[in-house]
Amino acid sequence: MMNWKNYIRSFSITALSIAGILTIMAVSSYAKTFVYCSEGSPEGFTPALYTAGTTFDASSVQVFDRLTHFERGTTKIIPGLAESWEVSPDGMTYTFHLRKNVDFHTTSFFTPTRKFNADDVIFSFDRQRDPKHPYNKISGGNYEYFTSMGVAELLKSIEKKDDYTVIFHLTKPESPFLANLAMDFASIHSAEYADKMLKAGTPDEFDQKPVGTGPFVFVSYQKDSTIRYQANETYWQGRAKIDKLVFTITPDASVRYAKLKAGECHLIPYPNPADLEQMKKDTNINLMQKEGLNVGYLAFNVKVNEFKDAKVRQALSMAINKQAIIDAVFQGAGKVAKNPIPPTIWSYNDAVTDYEYNVEKAKALLKKAGFPNGFETDLWAMPVSRPYNPNARRMAEMIQEDWSKVGVKAKIVSYEWGEYLKRSMTGEHKTLLLGWTGDNGDPDNFLSVLLGCDAVGSSNRSQWCYKPFDDLIKKAKMTADPAERTKLYEEAQLIFKEQAPWVTIAHSVVYEPMSTKVVDYKIDPFGKHIFYGVDLKE
Amino acid sequence: MLQFLSKRFMQIFPAFVGVTLLTFSLVHLIPGDPVELLAGERGIDPERHAQMKIALGLDKPLAVQYLNYITNVFKGDLGKSFVTKKPVMREFMTLFPATLELSLCAIIFAVLFGLPAGVIAGVKRGTVFDHSVMTISLTGYSMPIFWWGLLLILFFSVHLGWTPVSGRLSPLYWIDADTGFMLIDTLKSDEPGAFKSALSHLILPSIVLGTIPLAVIARMTRSSMLEVLKEDYVRTARAKGLSPLRVIMVHALRNALIPVITVIGLQIGVLLAGAILTETIFAWPGVGKWIVESINRRDYPVVQGGILIISSLIIIVNLMVDILYGIINPRIRHTG
Repeated sequence: MMNWKNYIRSFSITALSIAGILTIMAVSSYAKTFVYCSEGSPEGFTPALYTAGTTFDASSVQVFDRLTHFERGTTKIIPGLAESWEVSPDGMTYTFHLRKNVDFHTTSFFTPTRKFNADDVIFSFDRQRDPKHPYNKISGGNYEYFTSMGVAELLKSIEKKDDYTVIFHLTKPESPFLANLAMDFASIHSAEYADKMLKAGTPDEFDQKPVGTGPFVFVSYQKDSTIRYQANETYWQGRAKIDKLVFTITPDASVRYAKLKAGECHLIPYPNPADLEQMKKDTNINLMQKEGLNVGYLAFNVKVNEFKDAKVRQALSMAINKQAIIDAVFQGAGKVAKNPIPPTIWSYNDAVTDYEYNVEKAKALLKKAGFPNGFETDLWAMPVSRPYNPNARRMAEMIQEDWSKVGVKAKIVSYEWGEYLKRSMTGEHKTLLLGWTGDNGDPDNFLSVLLGCDAVGSSNRSQWCYKPFDDLIKKAKMTADPAERTKLYEEAQLIFKEQAPWVTIAHSVVYEPMSTKVVDYKIDPFGKHIFYGVDLKE
Repeated sequence: MLQFLSKRFMQIFPAFVGVTLLTFSLVHLIPGDPVELLAGERGIDPERHAQMKIALGLDKPLAVQYLNYITNVFKGDLGKSFVTKKPVMREFMTLFPATLELSLCAIIFAVLFGLPAGVIAGVKRGTVFDHSVMTISLTGYSMPIFWWGLLLILFFSVHLGWTPVSGRLSPLYWIDADTGFMLIDTLKSDEPGAFKSALSHLILPSIVLGTIPLAVIARMTRSSMLEVLKEDYVRTARAKGLSPLRVIMVHALRNALIPVITVIGLQIGVLLAGAILTETIFAWPGVGKWIVESINRRDYPVVQGGILIISSLIIIVNLMVDILYGIINPRIRHTG
């Protein structure tokens, strides 16, 4: 018969050894794991096929590199997989010198036999532009950004000069091209991996299990639950400071906040505006903020009689109390805009002075323009909520109220969203509220698209074609030198303000709440979540 | 018995076709074009739009689309998701274990607490215990799930730190989905603590999802017990001098269980379909959340296929309940 002492003895020995083993395991398996509570599931892992930021966060941002990159936290273009490049004097030929000795990821499903080279660049673009390419139709084959950014028409041909030199021939000079190459859709994939999957008869897998050259190696994805990555040990820019990266998919904003408070995630995107005040007070939370890459505006249709005279437009700009709108409509998640481009874009002209809110001055100016008793107009309000305008109806009501003080009676009009966009392109409105979110961080992506003469009748809702302005932005588009371009855009912004085709209302403010353990995080102006360069404090 | 079974099986078929027809028409009735939604805010040019409609099979008249769909369904092909391009059946199979695991835990929780509470409330009718059970179950039944879930999270996870907020497993464990049942997968893996982590992640969602069934089961058991306790055979049993426990457990409860089992069966159906809110709050990667997201994206094949599978499961569960009845109470199989 075994007595109690023996029982206790053997029990304590077992318990002690288990505790010992656990401690050893805990110490040896200690790794810096960064947990990001993302807001949704990625649609897939080939960025060119999709347009959602959630998908980019899970694919292009962590796993892939591009020929050019945006410097972290800015919209500035820096070398990526292309070490350097030359642009021909006519701006139609771009020669890229590729980085040598760059490894593609080794994963449980693929082991590369060669380094990154020109074939990978050619593959990544040919898949999107050549309808006969074996991968063109895979996974739905819809290359939305490639088409809508005009890259499809812009690319005449891509030529491999040698293993580490690729030449892009364009159909016209276009300086934003370098910025386009830094966009997610231009991520560089492994041609060798693509080939292997094609031969294995599983090309679909290529878009579900990504292999790139980026800072993190994709490990696994459990649908709607978790995505796992490991630091790329041989990353060409140096290994990430964190060892493991986990996306925990958490669609509800309140639950994300609870997880952050409970220490279950290090960073959460898209907090509820209502929670911001509490987050600011929490000493365990660091709430970072930055202006979003967007602008919300009121456009005057300059083809309408009342708004042909710039004085009227200036007067109505002065008549709007923008700060009151920001406070009421954005509830802290917005900032007054004075330029048509947000401050996060290079060439933003901070020297521009905005029209001050002044009812008397506005009245005097209207009188000068021949409208001493004001006039009647309409004011279109979007039916949807957008970061650059969370509540257009409310904004319109406030503007209506402001304008009535200078004698301008505005009737608020609204349509179904699709109809709203269509009708406003042809200029059925007199004034309207709208906005824009940038794609590639290039000023041209705002100024040409929204205010250029070529865009009259489509995305130029003011129908404003002003030659001095248009000449500047056209010249800038043909100019390769960033310093020279900056000067031209700065000047263009001054003309814009003076002519006042819009009332620039707001830039949204993006909030990123994170644990105070997170070090060196930078908010990305494009709204993406970049974890390379981020560290965790003990 | 055989006749009873075949009759029940015959009834399945029209129900099944009805479900396909209903989901198909409802899904197509929601305004919104899946192609436009796929393209996102930037819009899509008309030519490409037409091409994609053809590629997705949306260019044909609705009747033809339905016929194609139903033919494929009978061949066992539920189509591919518009968004992920993966077969619906495969996506369902990866997500279903999560829903099933949660639903099973929830129903176990509901039965474990609901049944005894109902029995005691029935036996001790009119006492404080009875009134409290009835009040609590009524509250539980009328509780908005979203609010209830968040309340529990804030109290137990954030304030007390006892349970994890959401998810199925701590991100520190890197375990591959083998069976898809996290409890089994973590047990099979040799990572210490993983099973405990999976179990602790199940507690709050099970309580939240099990609350309504618990309330229903408790109330049903109570009223059923009250009925049965009035029966002659219970009086006889008591008169024979059997112990009160034996009277309640053997004579009364067994007969009282019939309507309760129906309710439990129905609740399983409700759980499978109704896990949507719970799955959203607790970021639980199950089929409920999957279908809701697909409705938002107008991912027709997923919505149709997902609802079809779930309805089929509910039909089968109900059939099994019917059969179980027949076993418990032979009178049903003869009259039914």
